[in-house]
Amino acid sequence: MSEQREHTADEMMSVAAARALRDDASCFVGIGLPSTAANVARRMHAPNLVLIYESGCLGAKPDRLPLSIGDGMLAETADAVIGVPEVFNYWLQPGRIDVGFLSAAQLDKFGNINTTIVGGDYDNPKVRLPGAGGAPEIAASCREVFIVVRQSRRTFASKLDFVTSVGHGSGPGERERLGLSGAGPTLVITDLGVLRPDPRTAELTLTELHPGATLEEARDATGWDLAVAEDLGQTPTPTEQELTVLRALTEASP
Amino acid sequence: MARIVSLREGVAELVGDGDLVAMEGFTHLIPVAAGHEIIRQGRRDLTLARMTPDIIYDQLIGAGCVRKLIFSWGGNPGVGSLHRFRDAVENSWPRPLEIEEHSHAGMANRYVAGASGLPFAVLRGYVGTDLPEHTPNIKPIRCPFTEEQLTAVPALNPDVAIVHAQRADRAGNVQMWGITGVQKEAVLAARRSLVTVEEVVDELEPKPGGMVLPTWAVGLVAEVPGGARPSYAQGYYERVNDDYQEWDSISRERESFERWLAEQVFTAGEQVGSAS
Repeated sequence: MSEQREHTADEMMSVAAARALRDDASCFVGIGLPSTAANVARRMHAPNLVLIYESGCLGAKPDRLPLSIGDGMLAETADAVIGVPEVFNYWLQPGRIDVGFLSAAQLDKFGNINTTIVGGDYDNPKVRLPGAGGAPEIAASCREVFIVVRQSRRTFASKLDFVTSVGHGSGPGERERLGLSGAGPTLVITDLGVLRPDPRTAELTLTELHPGATLEEARDATGWDLAVAEDLGQTPTPTEQELTVLRALTEASP
Repeated sequence: MARIVSLREGVAELVGDGDLVAMEGFTHLIPVAAGHEIIRQGRRDLTLARMTPDIIYDQLIGAGCVRKLIFSWGGNPGVGSLHRFRDAVENSWPRPLEIEEHSHAGMANRYVAGASGLPFAVLRGYVGTDLPEHTPNIKPIRCPFTEEQLTAVPALNPDVAIVHAQRADRAGNVQMWGITGVQKEAVLAARRSLVTVEEVVDELEPKPGGMVLPTWAVGLVAEVPGGARPSYAQGYYERVNDDYQEWDSISRERESFERWLAEQVFTAGEQVGSAS
């Protein structure tokens, strides 16, 4: 066996997210890990991936990692720069965008997301978070949603303190009842592994563990009784090439 | 026709206590200098609207100018929390802050309805979330043609919109390019408007993808070079990312914030571009 280079949990998450993006897809990206993943994918197997930033940059082709969703380089390299109402009304709402990347302060077993408050109640929150941003409509209208989040008992909560964005609601059929056009979360990538909704129950089910992570760790970092796939797999370790591309990108950024 | 005034005159003429003020700019062209001028003029009880209240609204909130915030994402982009905003919501310091919370799609559509002279906008949004329960300005509506259940949000018509642009000519025609967010909608939705610009020029050269707000759609124009710092103005200067990082530590404690406010906003006077 060839010797593998060491990698961090963040690098594993970025690489796993990048692998999930297929070429020619259109992808709504935020700053941070999703943007890193999308830019790795564009340099590897998905050169025609269309990056869409909610600031109004359609088809941005950044040559380094942008520092904000409105980075000037995104506008300079985009196929089109459009107004923010147009982003949401013409491009997102009719279901033209394939993949939306989201993160979460809390996530429940049906992939519903909280980014609004933690603790207390809405009028007297213990922690006030930034809020919704584009997420509720990204979760509703992208053809599918990938969630990238670190797994812990605090984040993987049995009950959300606030529902900011809808995943699979209260279970199978809920998205259809609510009239949400997209498929919702189809993939959750954490620092421990990968979860996918069970087609029958819509419940997030651990389908892969990352190299070095154990099932016990994954269960311990989950605030509900974690469903585990019968054929639980292991995420392939980041390749030499994947790490080279990823590190070239992150090291070039201040 | 727009009039060209100084920043101090513009803010004094347009912004009064208790007004609903929208200062827009999506990462790019944020009217930071105008925000500092509002703080210096000591305005109170403002309702501030903005899709992405970032550090400039954090400063106005911490300075005690704000009674209510209408917004969709309140964070320091790429850095983390807005500490003055959090202190106001969590601890009512320096005063309680009422909030009206939306999604980006909802806020963008509120401005579109305001600019269009309509009472409300309709969208597919918010369904299944907890937002409608806490924001009375989000209501279900049935399509009269298809019976489909959709969501309505009311028009947002600020008393004053303040935006920053690259240029204006001497007649007050305003030109901006790059990422232009909801600036056009905010100006057209507002009763009064102030546009700060990097420079006033004799003639506006056309810019590919650029936008012109004609002088008859703009209230006042003030020349404020560097008026968007630490955000950026495409073609003029880059974003000062370090200032956004430093804001995290400056704003974390009330004492360091108040020291910053005294030194950088009050003592520095009308010198702009002084976020840290």
